[in-house]
Amino acid sequence: MTTNANSANQNALARYKNNFLKEVEANVEDGHMVKMCMQCGVCAGSCPLGPAWQHSPQKIFMMIRAGKREEVLGSDSMWMCTSCYNCIVRCPRQLPITHIMHGLANYAHRLDLAPKGQPTREIAKLFWDNLVKTGRVNELKFSLAMYFKDGFGQGVKNAMAMQATGLGLLKAKRLNPMELVGGHKCKDIGGFRKMVAKAREIEDRRRGLA
Amino acid sequence: MADNKFAAYICSGCGIGDVLNVGALEKIAQKEGKMAMVKSHPFLCNAEGVQMIRDDVANEGVTHLCIAACSRRAKAEAFSFPTAAVARANLREGVIWVVAEGSDHDEIRQEMAEDYVRMGCAEVKKMIVPGGNVKESSSKRILVVGGGISGMTAALAAADAGYEVVIVEKSAALGGFARNLLKRVPFSGPYAEPQATGVEEMAARIGTHPRIKAHLNSTVAKTAGAPGRFQISVAQESGAVTEETVGAVVQATGFTTYDIARLPELGGGQANVVDQAGLEAMAKQANGGAIKRADGKEVKSVVFVQCAGQRDTTGTHLAYCSGHCCATSIKQAMYFKDQNPDIDTVVMYQDLRVPGMGEDFYRSAQQKGVIFTKGKAGKVSGGDNCKVEFRDLILDEDTAADADLVVLATGQVPNAGVDLDVWTEINTKAEGGDEAAKQQRRDLEATSVLKLAYRQGPDMPQFKYGFADSHFICFPYETRRTGIYATGPVRRPMDMLQAQEDATGAALKAIQAVENAQQGRAAHPRAWDLSFPKARLEGCTQCKRCTVECPFGAIDEDEKRFPLFNEERCRRCGTCMGACPVRVISFENYSCDTVGSQIKAVNVPDEFEEKPRILILACENDAYPALDMAGIQRITYSAFVRAIPVRCLGSVNTIWITDALNSGYDGVMMMGCKKGDDYQCHFVKGSEMAHYRMSKIGDTLKQLGLEPERVQTQEVAITDNARVARLINEYVEQINEIGPSPMKGFG
Repeated sequence: MTTNANSANQNALARYKNNFLKEVEANVEDGHMVKMCMQCGVCAGSCPLGPAWQHSPQKIFMMIRAGKREEVLGSDSMWMCTSCYNCIVRCPRQLPITHIMHGLANYAHRLDLAPKGQPTREIAKLFWDNLVKTGRVNELKFSLAMYFKDGFGQGVKNAMAMQATGLGLLKAKRLNPMELVGGHKCKDIGGFRKMVAKAREIEDRRRGLA
Repeated sequence: MADNKFAAYICSGCGIGDVLNVGALEKIAQKEGKMAMVKSHPFLCNAEGVQMIRDDVANEGVTHLCIAACSRRAKAEAFSFPTAAVARANLREGVIWVVAEGSDHDEIRQEMAEDYVRMGCAEVKKMIVPGGNVKESSSKRILVVGGGISGMTAALAAADAGYEVVIVEKSAALGGFARNLLKRVPFSGPYAEPQATGVEEMAARIGTHPRIKAHLNSTVAKTAGAPGRFQISVAQESGAVTEETVGAVVQATGFTTYDIARLPELGGGQANVVDQAGLEAMAKQANGGAIKRADGKEVKSVVFVQCAGQRDTTGTHLAYCSGHCCATSIKQAMYFKDQNPDIDTVVMYQDLRVPGMGEDFYRSAQQKGVIFTKGKAGKVSGGDNCKVEFRDLILDEDTAADADLVVLATGQVPNAGVDLDVWTEINTKAEGGDEAAKQQRRDLEATSVLKLAYRQGPDMPQFKYGFADSHFICFPYETRRTGIYATGPVRRPMDMLQAQEDATGAALKAIQAVENAQQGRAAHPRAWDLSFPKARLEGCTQCKRCTVECPFGAIDEDEKRFPLFNEERCRRCGTCMGACPVRVISFENYSCDTVGSQIKAVNVPDEFEEKPRILILACENDAYPALDMAGIQRITYSAFVRAIPVRCLGSVNTIWITDALNSGYDGVMMMGCKKGDDYQCHFVKGSEMAHYRMSKIGDTLKQLGLEPERVQTQEVAITDNARVARLINEYVEQINEIGPSPMKGFG
């Protein structure tokens, strides 16, 4: 709490000014809707994962307006969203809350201000890296990457624990061990990579990150 | 009396004839009621039945009618015979619909009906058709005190409806508070942008209106008289006095902003901390350009602190919400944003309240980038760099925001003139000869708005928080000074749109008042009533109870200290009649006798019959309708009660109670409206007066050797139909436990 109070004092000049709100509006998907929140709290009350979050959407929106940049972008809240869309359905001001949450997560990740080791963020990173290599998700490599993300020793333990499941999948022909070497690809891997690069370029240009 | 002919008409429709012996009722009316003519009809309220009565009035010389059918509240148009006195015996809602079905109850049901017929016959014999008092010379002009939005709206509304209007404004120009605004909150869709106030146009229309006469730089120096004949002295700043005769008065004296000097904790009095009025002045000066502080610096960031000195629970500041301030701050934040979207504007609210279509206006401000934060400001420091320390109620932390300018949204304080409670205290001392009090009284009266020459004080009474008399829900413009209507923020906090609607309503009430005054009719709530109180002054003991207790200040004292009735100020509630210890005050159609004779007409069985009799005196405004509603919904109650409607519990004279108890009634139950701050009494103080009087009746009961429970007073709302039945049944049970009255057989 002491560090929070200190940073609050340091940032007092920027507090309750439009600076961070404007940054969010420029860089976050549907960020321009943040200012329309009327702080009714229906989203916070509707979220099935509400108690598990650091901050409810209501608080996140208020923090943005209060100029709490580091706290918002470092929050784990956006990463906990399961996209159930309860909040969007119920918001009386029709804010696309789920989209804003994912937009904030994405923005925080790209600035590398998102919480380190946050499991959702980690799995998302592994999934993305796995996908862009071949244009197809390699399930075996993805599972192994998950097992070994916390070091070799832990990886072996995880693998041993999941041994029976793995053998079962193998017997049912749901798991192909040959995937470990190379694995299947999409037809035009070069074209796929170009497509991803172009999409990133467009997005960066739109957000002024290029 | 020789010319009077009494007739009773008994209806057997609506099932009355099925469960009651109508023939027996006819005999009662003839023998006991002493009616010269008695007729029954299977459907009295249809064209044929009504024609039968009309023919009897026209051809048979019938002057007094007792109609035994449904409640007096039903079929009022069918049973309207303007030249005849009419009493109604309530056999439908009062008997057959409320007494339990079945032959077990036949006897008591019939007894109840017979009593109501006896009562109706007894009442009508004491009634006189009110003659009315048409006053051809009555003035129909309307005085409007105050030339702000409310006053100008009322003046234009009345003048456009064809009435002459005199408007008195103390400053040099019309427009009031709104004249100092740059723009106003929008009144119509899309509710997105601040609008021009329109004050100049209104003032210009008033200036050229053929039926409006405006006195600027003027105040009211004296208001004397009554509706239809108010004499107003208008004093100009120069000292010149103009006399005006008007029929009604609209008081639209508006509000003053709460003094921010009283809010030092919120920076009141410090540099660059202003109230909303102060910001309007800055915005007007900027005239569309950058808004600058007193030191010439352009404002780049501004914080609006809502509820400043309002909704205060500590008792230091205003306890109420002024209603307009959230929308006003939104509008003012737009002044900045529209000029330069980069200016940081924060509205700090606890509950954002934007009545009407304000939610759209709020959204429009959010679109423009105004930041809204739910927080409670603890401390504001002014100066070159203002700081607002506050509790963020969403993030639940103490924090601070800095700004070039802080605007405090302070509340509306009504300009209602003299607090009569204070005045009365000083006046009592002054009348006792206290010289210091006399000076105090002069000083206090100098602050009066209306300077009424009434014995009850120079202004109208005030309610909670010093707002001028009015009833928030039931009768918003009515005050306790008949023909004088309070409107706009002087009677409750409101914004410009509400004030305009309010003022239009007040103008209509004023028009109604001048029209009724001319025809000799009462004002709300008995606006049709032509009767007025008459006093037999030879019997008066000059006790002054009537003058003091009249809720409307209708009664002055003449030079011989007798009561002097100002008929046009009278609302016909009868509180004076209830107050009079020697019973010299009466109305032609409502008097100690009309009710007293009904009480005595009831046949009270002796104590061995085990049939108690309980008198209900029910206020005709709420309690009697509630009893009727109980009947309409077939909610049953004891057949041992006999209900008599009264104009107001305030009109209940204690003689009725003693008469009833002396005649052997086992109990008396009074049902009136809710009293106190949240009163529902249509005559404001009548119900309270009755409760006060009954609290003192214990001694009388003791003298008679009776238990205090034999007299009960209840507060009843018009919606209490199930409750009245329950109250009656509980009371009958209670009376049964106490046992029969020892007075039986002596009456």
